[in-house]
Amino acid sequence: MADKSATPLLDIRNLSVQFNTDSGVVHAVNNLNLSLQKGKALGFVGETGAGKTTTALAVLHLIQSPPGKITSGEILFDGQDILKMTESERQDIRGDKIAMIFQDPMTSLNPIMTVEEQIVEMISLHSDMKGETALKRAHDMLNLVGIRPERGKEFPHQFSGGMRQRVGIAIALACRPSLLIADEPTTALDVTIQAQVIDLIKSLQEKVNTSLLLITHDLGIVAEICDDVAIMYAGHLVEYSDIRQLYGHPMHPYTQGLFNAVPNLNSEPGGRLAVIQGLMPDPTDLPKGCSFSPRCPYAKEICHEKPCGMVEYAPNHFVDCYFPLGVKGGQNHE
Amino acid sequence: MNDRTQATDALLDIRGLKKYFKVSRGLLHAVDNVSLTIPRGRTLGLVGESGCGKSTLGRVVIGLIEATAGEVFFNGKDVLKFTSQERSEFRKHAQIVFQDPFSSLNPRMSVYQLIAEPLLINKVYSSNQQVSEKVKELMDTVGLAERLITSFPHELDGGRRQRIGVARALALNPEFIVLDEPVSALDVCIQAQVLNLLADLKEQRGYTYLFISHNLSVVRYVSDEVAVMYLGQVVERASNRILFEDPLHPYTQALLSAVPVVDLDNRRERIILEGDVPSPINPAPGCRFAPRCRYRQEICLNQDPVHREITPGHFVSCHFAGALRDSRAR
Repeated sequence: MADKSATPLLDIRNLSVQFNTDSGVVHAVNNLNLSLQKGKALGFVGETGAGKTTTALAVLHLIQSPPGKITSGEILFDGQDILKMTESERQDIRGDKIAMIFQDPMTSLNPIMTVEEQIVEMISLHSDMKGETALKRAHDMLNLVGIRPERGKEFPHQFSGGMRQRVGIAIALACRPSLLIADEPTTALDVTIQAQVIDLIKSLQEKVNTSLLLITHDLGIVAEICDDVAIMYAGHLVEYSDIRQLYGHPMHPYTQGLFNAVPNLNSEPGGRLAVIQGLMPDPTDLPKGCSFSPRCPYAKEICHEKPCGMVEYAPNHFVDCYFPLGVKGGQNHE
Repeated sequence: MNDRTQATDALLDIRGLKKYFKVSRGLLHAVDNVSLTIPRGRTLGLVGESGCGKSTLGRVVIGLIEATAGEVFFNGKDVLKFTSQERSEFRKHAQIVFQDPFSSLNPRMSVYQLIAEPLLINKVYSSNQQVSEKVKELMDTVGLAERLITSFPHELDGGRRQRIGVARALALNPEFIVLDEPVSALDVCIQAQVLNLLADLKEQRGYTYLFISHNLSVVRYVSDEVAVMYLGQVVERASNRILFEDPLHPYTQALLSAVPVVDLDNRRERIILEGDVPSPINPAPGCRFAPRCRYRQEICLNQDPVHREITPGHFVSCHFAGALRDSRAR
């Protein structure tokens, strides 16, 4: 399987997730298609409420139901549909083949277990290693993420935020997963600590040859470690390509707006940022046409009528837009 | 002393400010001997990582926390020596916008009540009619639609909530506003909207801002001058351009290099700092940054560096400030 690079490790097809709430049905993820090759890192970018985390939880089949429900689609992991597996099959995969690093290292660790116990728990759950061997492995993992093994006897509250996130990474990588999902792994961290953690994830990803699905809202972090980028907006994937292509030629008006809205270190002081007017649509009441059309400065009649769907405007560059930027004749793909 | 502050037209002049907190293990040096000035109508960006004391500094300056030592001159008068009457007068001139628009607004008050509150407390107007007109005017200023006037905070998104925070701060027509991480809790698109609003207000009304943030890109965008804090001390201070283009303190250099940049072709060499920020409780003598500094020498661990003016207006607390730049240039 490993040598057949054409078969993706993770292949999400037509995934839709919705939540039934008192105020209506929230369409969190709509007809999402996404694939991730072995050993590659994919940046999954979008604002709060875009559906990034929901997608990640769907991959692990951890969406709480009710109120959540996967209404359609397939999630092929190594060719097998996670959604069709039995719960015990899924439990074998979770933490072993697919591991997750959560955003908040303060709340994702168990406060009344020492950190080495938490790593051992993961190891003994998914392998034959027990007792001393498992503990040895846990200490190796701590070493790997730059924590002295002696500190394994301490509790999470005795660590700083950056160290706790390292513990989270040690737990996630303890079973050498083939897919690592990192959900905003550095958002709660300071910038110098963030740099340490990003470097760590990057080097471990190469060392363990793990595929990485990195969920973030920070285009800068994606630029640091990802090979491919997917942009989400209001539950829809709006643009997907490899990083050079997408950063060099963002085609979707939302992607472009996102790039322009971020202040960067080279921006001239005293200017004004380009702003996307308005707000994300209410997920219980998504527009009939393109979900970005109400805010899009280039929207035409057809955009409000029906969604465009993904179109490959350049090799391996997919955009969900009738009138992508910088493409001639990109109008009306039919 | 008053003459000097008047002469430089500094609206705010902080001198030797200290704030120590007593904790069980000793004294936590949250703000340790900080001196800063903000000229009228300018924005000072204060950057640093969590726990460096930047928010404490903001709160001491505005009189929300008492200082341990030092002076804070506002329009030439020492804020820290104010009587309670002077202080309530001062509060009309100096306001603060907090980081978290989710917890800084009373969830049981409507938008109208929230924005009217400062007006009512200070009895600015005698009739409800006037208050209501002012509230509507403020909502218009910060870009809140009038239909939201009866809404409650939980019905609004983060950006709109933060606009309420800004409207409350503007209600008494202050001269000076402390913005404590005003956009950190917001998504990039909303963040851009709020930053533009703050820039417009400054331009139209000549406000003076103390802009506290951990986000260097945001500070780069809004500030006239920038000060970098580390463990309670200002380690470097310069004009926006100088600080970002020619940082001299090793901490500032590392901080700037750690910011992930979007540009794929202009990747800078990253300086990865070892370890974490040490505890601010009973800090060891010498340079606070020395344990993590890659240029560390014997002297750094023993002797406090002096906050020196290297070039006009560019202050650095480092024993080797000028020398480090030279070695980089070679």
